[in-house]
Amino acid sequence: MAKNDALQGSLDLLVLKILSRRPRLHGYAIMAAIAGASGEVLRAEEGSLYPALYRMEEAGWIRAEWIKKDTGRRARIYELTAAGKKQLGAEESRWQSVSLAINRVLREA
Amino acid sequence: MSMWSRISNAMRGECLNREIEEELQAHMDEAIASGRDPREARRAFGSALRAREAGHSIRVAGWLESLVADVRFGWRQLWRNKITSLAAVLSLALGIGSCVAAFRLIDALLWRPLPIAGASKLYILTRKMTGLYGRPVEDNHWSTPDFRLMRDAVKDQADLIATSDADRTDITFSTDADLEKANVAYVSGNMFPLFGLQPTLGRLFSPIDDRGPSASPYAVLSWDYWDHRFGRDARVLGRTIHIGDQVFEIVGVGPQNFTGTEKGTVTEIFLPLNMNGFATQDSITWHLAFLMLKPGVDSATVLEPLRQHLSAISRAFEAGCSECLQGMSKADIDRSLNKQLVLYPAGAGISELQKDYRRFLIILGLLVALVLLIACVNVANMMTAQAAARAQEMALRISIGAGRRRLVQLILVQSGLLAFFASFLGAAFAAWAAPFVLGLVNPPDNPARLDLPADWRVVLFGLGLLVFVVLVLGSLPALRVSAVRPVAALKGGENPHAPRRVMRGAVALQVAFCCLVLLLSSLFVTSFQRLQNRPLGFSTDHLLLLDTVAGKCQLPVVWNQTAEALRAVPGVNSVAISGWPLLGRIRINSDISINGAPPSPTPAFSLNISPGWLSTMKIPVVSGRDFRPADTSPGVAIVNETFAKTYFQGQDPIGRTFQRGAHRPLNKIVGVTRDVPDHDLREPNRAVFYVPFSGIDSKSAPTPEGFATFVVHIDAQNPLALANTLRQLVAERHNGLRVSNITTQLDLVRDQTIRERLIAMLAGFFAVVALLLAGIGLYAVLNYSVLQRRREIGIRMAIGSSRAGIVRLVTFDAFAMIVLGGCAGVGLGLGAARSVSSLFYQVKATDAEMLALPVCAILVTALVATLPAVLRALRTDPTEILRAE
Repeated sequence: MAKNDALQGSLDLLVLKILSRRPRLHGYAIMAAIAGASGEVLRAEEGSLYPALYRMEEAGWIRAEWIKKDTGRRARIYELTAAGKKQLGAEESRWQSVSLAINRVLREA
Repeated sequence: MSMWSRISNAMRGECLNREIEEELQAHMDEAIASGRDPREARRAFGSALRAREAGHSIRVAGWLESLVADVRFGWRQLWRNKITSLAAVLSLALGIGSCVAAFRLIDALLWRPLPIAGASKLYILTRKMTGLYGRPVEDNHWSTPDFRLMRDAVKDQADLIATSDADRTDITFSTDADLEKANVAYVSGNMFPLFGLQPTLGRLFSPIDDRGPSASPYAVLSWDYWDHRFGRDARVLGRTIHIGDQVFEIVGVGPQNFTGTEKGTVTEIFLPLNMNGFATQDSITWHLAFLMLKPGVDSATVLEPLRQHLSAISRAFEAGCSECLQGMSKADIDRSLNKQLVLYPAGAGISELQKDYRRFLIILGLLVALVLLIACVNVANMMTAQAAARAQEMALRISIGAGRRRLVQLILVQSGLLAFFASFLGAAFAAWAAPFVLGLVNPPDNPARLDLPADWRVVLFGLGLLVFVVLVLGSLPALRVSAVRPVAALKGGENPHAPRRVMRGAVALQVAFCCLVLLLSSLFVTSFQRLQNRPLGFSTDHLLLLDTVAGKCQLPVVWNQTAEALRAVPGVNSVAISGWPLLGRIRINSDISINGAPPSPTPAFSLNISPGWLSTMKIPVVSGRDFRPADTSPGVAIVNETFAKTYFQGQDPIGRTFQRGAHRPLNKIVGVTRDVPDHDLREPNRAVFYVPFSGIDSKSAPTPEGFATFVVHIDAQNPLALANTLRQLVAERHNGLRVSNITTQLDLVRDQTIRERLIAMLAGFFAVVALLLAGIGLYAVLNYSVLQRRREIGIRMAIGSSRAGIVRLVTFDAFAMIVLGGCAGVGLGLGAARSVSSLFYQVKATDAEMLALPVCAILVTALVATLPAVLRALRTDPTEILRAE
């Protein structure tokens, strides 16, 4: 539960960041990458990851594509669009200022 | 982009669901492959359905998806009732198409601004006065000297522009070439610059071209004429046009869309105003005068002072114009000076066609609007019946949570579908109908021409109509549906009379509209029939008319010799000459003075004819004799019976004399003829006198004539068969005479009734359509009502109700509605007919037969329409119904 709360509001940021580092990932790989990069601290739930992906797709930040895998199954992979790169920048700086502010509050206490 | 993908996803909802599921499945496979427990992986997703729904709702525009679903559902509904839907679409299409076509005509003729700069600042100068027979008339023609005075008087605030009517004129492009017809208008030099028009080629006129007479022999062609006569040949500049004995040099071609200020007539050649000989005459009023306000002048405050100023100037001019008042009676002088100058907005142009067809088009618009309403009510009824049949389904939908808004949307979508298909068909119909009707407006040899573009004005009107139709169609059933009370409907106990009440009201409405259409139509059709069957008093058979002109006037002897030559042609029976044909466009009135007394208030109309003209036309001489070759004018005259009645109080006029105005030579009456309509079939017979074609002046020398008509009686059934032979014969004589126009007397009579024929034809058509639609509507309502009340009828029969009782039960309401609607319709019709009574000929809306006709038609239709329902009711088998219960 605690893990999920920590993700509130920052799932978009994480997905965008992951996709900017490693383009063309499918949903499971994105989830795994978030978990791996955060040292298993952050975990995106399936129930919120896919709606977030669809929302960002409709917003035009990421685009999706069906590819054929070696197993014969299809997979839907995602990559960042130009608008998504801009959005990532905005989200990053917002996160920076928020975490800075939170740190300042914590220091004063 | 995002909206677009959501919209396109809405079109493929099922497909999208499969994709989402596939992706989630792929995710789980991946998770399991990387070592997760399958059950745990599945649980992590929660409900598969919920995951799918969450994904779906993000990727789809919800409102659109429901709309698509409704369109599919509505389409299935319409498809299931193919015949009904087709009938609905066709009747709506006819209604919508007719309305759009009528709008196109009305807009093009009456409303659409001319393609010029400052159309909204353009006014026409006209004057109201009392006409010859005491009726108020408007005269918008002015004399050029008067126009110049007015122009100079207001030049600080406004410009005055003169344009003559576009006259069909004989022209040639070289002296020897054949005569051609072209619409020629004389315009003041400031017209083109003030209208902001640019030449396509060469130059247009400027105020410099308003120099004195004969100083500016130039012509400007309209683009349209340049296009169809010269194939847009640039070498047309510098060519000459011969009109009579004048020669004009073509100096330019106008802009593409400008065809003059006369709506309905395309001006082909523009000439400078002062090149017309009339321009120097004080007493000849021959051209229109437009007023265009200068930029920055406020029309609200300036117009009335301008009007008064112009009025004073013009009145002073006419009072000081001795020529204008010469020979007029005191009463006529008063009438002539007692005119009121008025300014009307003229941004949409000015023409006789507008005046003649304004009321006609308004009536046409009313008829088509009523037909559309009748069709709408029919379809709305049909949909109400279908909705009522689905009341249980609706109730179920509501009780499992469908919003009422969604149900109304479902109904509106269905009516929208119908209207959508109908408007496509209707647009095609309108595209054909508007030019078709316009083509019937004028005689075939001089058709009315109007620009009928399908631009944003028409499209906007069409869309407005579409919305209106959807709302009318949808509102009835939608209201019904949203009032469904699920509990009552599911119990099967909802008030079964509710939809019928609405539908009965609709029947009354339909009958009222139908009655109105029928009454107006029967008035127009009867008018036309009476006009067409009016006794003429002369024969139209085998008569060919050669309108002939002489560039330089020719003596009567030349005309007589030509008539003699025509007589020698095999197949020609007799030839006579008259100044102009009966029922043609020309008419000249004179004041009649008996025994030197002041002229009487009623004028008479004159026609100069050669000996034998009366017998060629088969107009009987009642007493006295025809003219003889030696008779000259002035000298002797033949009068008609109305003339004798008017001026000699019915005494025998033979041997008596009259003068054409005071102090003019005497004419001795040598014969009396029967009355014939001389100019207008709609008018009562006027006093007419005939004088010999051979005229002499005050020194008894013969006077030359510039134009006349040879009336040729031909043996062949179709007189036009000899037209070319005779035309060539006249040309080959090289005596200065040329045939300018050939027609038949029969065509002239037919041309008189063109407007009446057109409106009778259209009104008759729409009356049949209205009656048919109302009949179908009535049938549907009654049939539905019998179906709905099957149980009640069965029970009534089982407990011994008589057949008459059943019939009364089924039909009483409907007939009450028909009587109610009929009365309302007749009342409306009487009101409408009074406002257009001037379009009728010898028929009044209050005539018993005029009222009887629509009432009978409605009753017969009602009987036919109710019959199937009544039979169905009587055939109800009570045992079967009760067993089914």
